[in-house]
Amino acid sequence: MKKYFSFFSLRFVMGLQYRAAAWAGVATQFVWGGMMIAMYQAFYQTEPEQFPMTFEATVSYIWFQQAFLALFAAWMLEAEIFESIKDGNIAYELCRPMKIYPMLFARAAAMRISRAALRCLPILLFAALLPAPYGLRAPEDLVTFGLFLTTMVLGLLVTVAFGTLIYTVTFFTISPEGLRLVATTVMDFFNGAVIPLPFFPDKMKQVLELLPFAAMGNVPLRIYSGDLAGKAALKAAGLQVLWLFILTCCGLAVMARAEKKMTVQGG
Amino acid sequence: MIQMEDISKSYKVAKRNGGFKEACRTLFRREYETIRALDHISFTIKDGEMVGYIGPNGAGKSSTIKILSGILTPDSGTCLVDGRIPWKDRVNHVRHIGVVFGQRTQLWWDVPVADSYELLKDIYSISKDTYRHNLEELTELLNLGELLKTPARQLSLGQRMRCEIGASLLHEPKILFLDEPTIGLDAVSKLAVREFILRQNREHGTTVILTTHDMQDIEALTNRVILIGKGRVLMDGGLDQLHRGGANIDETVAELYRSYDI
Repeated sequence: MKKYFSFFSLRFVMGLQYRAAAWAGVATQFVWGGMMIAMYQAFYQTEPEQFPMTFEATVSYIWFQQAFLALFAAWMLEAEIFESIKDGNIAYELCRPMKIYPMLFARAAAMRISRAALRCLPILLFAALLPAPYGLRAPEDLVTFGLFLTTMVLGLLVTVAFGTLIYTVTFFTISPEGLRLVATTVMDFFNGAVIPLPFFPDKMKQVLELLPFAAMGNVPLRIYSGDLAGKAALKAAGLQVLWLFILTCCGLAVMARAEKKMTVQGG
Repeated sequence: MIQMEDISKSYKVAKRNGGFKEACRTLFRREYETIRALDHISFTIKDGEMVGYIGPNGAGKSSTIKILSGILTPDSGTCLVDGRIPWKDRVNHVRHIGVVFGQRTQLWWDVPVADSYELLKDIYSISKDTYRHNLEELTELLNLGELLKTPARQLSLGQRMRCEIGASLLHEPKILFLDEPTIGLDAVSKLAVREFILRQNREHGTTVILTTHDMQDIEALTNRVILIGKGRVLMDGGLDQLHRGGANIDETVAELYRSYDI
């Protein structure tokens, strides 16, 4: 266990080194969040009763989404891992007395957490200071907050498990580009990163909510904004656990096969 | 003790002629050619031996190293390294071997070399005392002192290679695979690396298998040479067998390649 944790901490430390990238990220996320809020405000002004979430709830959703972008953004896969699989540098990783899947998992998780750690505080602080409808609301109560934190961890794990599954499949394809593009587009759309899931048509929403994509970032965000509560929230958390289990098993199975069949590319 | 018996491995390679028309055609029908990278390779290497593994480009040297280090599963044949089948028991096997791929890097690009070493210490579960002792020895012999504090990306090739070799020896492997360890190094670095490998073998009894295109590496380090070509062992014997002509060793080897038509 310790070796995987060391892997985690080295990747974490590495992530903390890119200060300029972090500040640029904070600025981007802040502007992006502001634009999203301005857009939703225009919609809400026309016909507020048509919307599934109140404006304040949507605003909180957006700020949290921006602050924790690195935890849940599907497209943030590690180029370095793809690169090392593609050019064969992964050979060194295979010469180590450790299992590849947990190593990739630890590395991917560390990358996301280190990025989020540098970015989330300034955004949250700033958003909390904004005046009423545009700022971050305080959570409803402690139970909601606890549930929010729990599902956030679960959502992160599901996101990482999905990403790691993509890394393992890359062992079979020569170039990772196509797979990466398809997977991240599908994920971004279906996990509520483009528009929050409650905004989807009802029938579609019922299906979407059962998919693994709905078990990622959107659960904690919806719990915090009050859209998911009580039984529905618990059901969502249960689905997260289920998908985490399924995705991890798939990843392990693919990796076991890859280790048997793979050829390391390049001399 | 390393025993390779009848190891074969073939790759499927998609082939086509150049050109746009050909590229379109192969979108629908692709032709594969099977390349026999290793064709019934057999040899035995005793503990503490230093063996040069040579052959022209594409002869199957790297494939052999990959099989011996458990990364690649051969199609047929048996291979035992200290009683272990590398690819069946990868995690357990690699604990006892060290590998240097001259063309790749194992150091983390953006952090000081020392951080990469610390990670290796945890990965191989090296005890604190052993680690400190080995690190001191390696630092002295490879002259790593200042390099350890430098991020890997700012090292020159020769400096990086010394760090790579150090990284592969932290866990005191009994067997060391060196895949072109002196590639691209200047004369001073080359001599330092050779001197170090010799010493490692003399003092720790490390078994060394070395692939290289640099015949001076072979002359300086090994007594035994295995020559492979087109996936087969063509010659296995002492260095003196290479020297029959008395000519320059590069010419002798080129002559040898030609005579075997590889």
